[in-house]
Order: sequence, then C-alpha cells, then structure tokens
Amino acid sequence: MPVTSEAGVFDESPLVARARQGDASAFNELVTRYERKIFRLAKHITQSDEDAEDVLQETFLKAFEHLPDFQGQSKFYTWIVRIAVNESLMKLRKRKSDRTVPLDEPLDTGEDTVVREIAVWDENPEQQYSREELGKILNESVDSLRPAFRTVFVLRDIEELSTEETAEALGISVPAVKSRLLRARLQLREKLTRFFKRKGDDVFAYL
Amino acid sequence: MLTCKEFLDGLNDFLDDTADREIRTNLEKHVTECPNCWVIFDTTKKTLQVFKGMEPQVIPNDVHARLLRALDKKMAAKKAQQEKVQPQT
Repeated sequence: MPVTSEAGVFDESPLVARARQGDASAFNELVTRYERKIFRLAKHITQSDEDAEDVLQETFLKAFEHLPDFQGQSKFYTWIVRIAVNESLMKLRKRKSDRTVPLDEPLDTGEDTVVREIAVWDENPEQQYSREELGKILNESVDSLRPAFRTVFVLRDIEELSTEETAEALGISVPAVKSRLLRARLQLREKLTRFFKRKGDDVFAYL
Repeated sequence: MLTCKEFLDGLNDFLDDTADREIRTNLEKHVTECPNCWVIFDTTKKTLQVFKGMEPQVIPNDVHARLLRALDKKMAAKKAQQEKVQPQT
C-alpha cells in the first residue's frame, strides 16, 4: 500500500531512497511519473521538439548520475525541474549565439502592464472548445510570450512551483519573479480574451 | 481608496491569496467599485484556472523509447564501473 502523507499526497521518499541505492526499477518509476511534465516544460521554454527531447534525456541522465548528491531537502520533482530549466536555458542561449532567434528586448518598459482590452468572458470559456483546440490556443498563447516571461509563467502557473522555487531555478530575485509573473499573466489574459470573451459584447464597444 | 494602478500592482497577491489582510480588504473594496478592474481580476483568475486544468500531453512513443534506451545505457555503464572498482571475490 502506498505511503501517504498527512495531506493525502503520495509520499515518494521511499521510492527516491530505493532509486538512490541503485534500484533501476524505482528510478524508472520516477521517470514515468515525471517525464510528461518535464517534456512539456522543456517544450515551452525551448519551443522546439528536438531540443525538448534533448533536455528530457539530459535531465534524467543527470538526475540519475547525481542522485547520490540529492539531499531530499527539496522535493524530487523540484530538483529535476531545476535541472530541466538549466538545460532548457542552455539550449536557448546556444541558439541566441547562433542569432537564429531575436535577442530579448529590454524587460522593464512598463508597456507590458498596459491593459488594452477589457471584456467580460463567458462563465466557462474553455467549454466552447474541444480539448485539442483549447490545448492549441493555450500553448500558442504561452509560446508567444517573451522567454523571460514565459519561463516564469510556466514554472509558477503551469508547473506550480512557489515564487521562491521559481527564483532559485531561474537564478533571479523574488521581486523579479513577481513582476515578470504579473506581466505574463496580464498578457495572457489579453491574448485569451480574443477567444473567450462573451459573444455579443463587441456590439457595445461601438456605442 | 486604491488607484487602478495600485490595484494592478497588488493583483498577483490578490489572485494567489498572499496579500496581507489590510491590503486584501482594500483590493476587495476596489473591485466592487471599479467595473474595469473587476473584469481584469475575473478574467485573469479564469486565465489561471484554464491553464491549471491543462494536463500534459502523452510523450510520443519514440521519444519515450529513446529516453529509456539512453537511461539503460547509462545504468549499465555505471554498474560496469562499480564492478571494476569493487571486483567480486
């Protein structure tokens, strides 16, 4: 029977301990548990299937190699997310030096918090779309954010890391996480309003 | 009374429920009085809900298979290395 903590969440420390002792099947179970999330994270940051696959492999290979150093103070998941973020950012930087992607614009222009569209949404906007359509809308919206905003949003609001964990994983300050997160959230709100606003409200915009 | 700019500055803490009680009261008061900020608050909240409901897609089979192969290779190499260091008697 799986051991559960007070919160009722599966306690994986015995599994991690077995993996640390060299139990391959325990490590493979951890891989199965987290590979989808790591792949999604890597895809969001690198925006490339090929790079995301490299990141996925590197993350678990490094995790296996450095497992004896893992102290168990943070969660195993947070630990591998940190590895995956580093690997993903390395891919981005490498590409930047190839000049195949445009360099980042300056961050604090203040422009990003300007709210342009204010329209009420449907009560359950996601229900207007099929799962595939919705996935496409959400992924494309995130991918259209600048890397600095995208990475913070993905870690905080998709992978649900804390502000402190996000700051640590990205090597930036807590205030920087907060300000980038606000901008990312407001920009996404703006992008999604195009799809989710209540039908018929457009009419009033012209009155 | 908060300005809309001050409301926006506090929006994250409001959404994440991490605002101090006094600040929270001011933010709550502002949304009841400012229709635009109410819409921004409500639609940003929905934005986060929609993303939270999104499950990660299944990894393509070939990507998964290549990951397992790479790991097998690494595990075998590590095992071989350990046996070399500690030869069995």
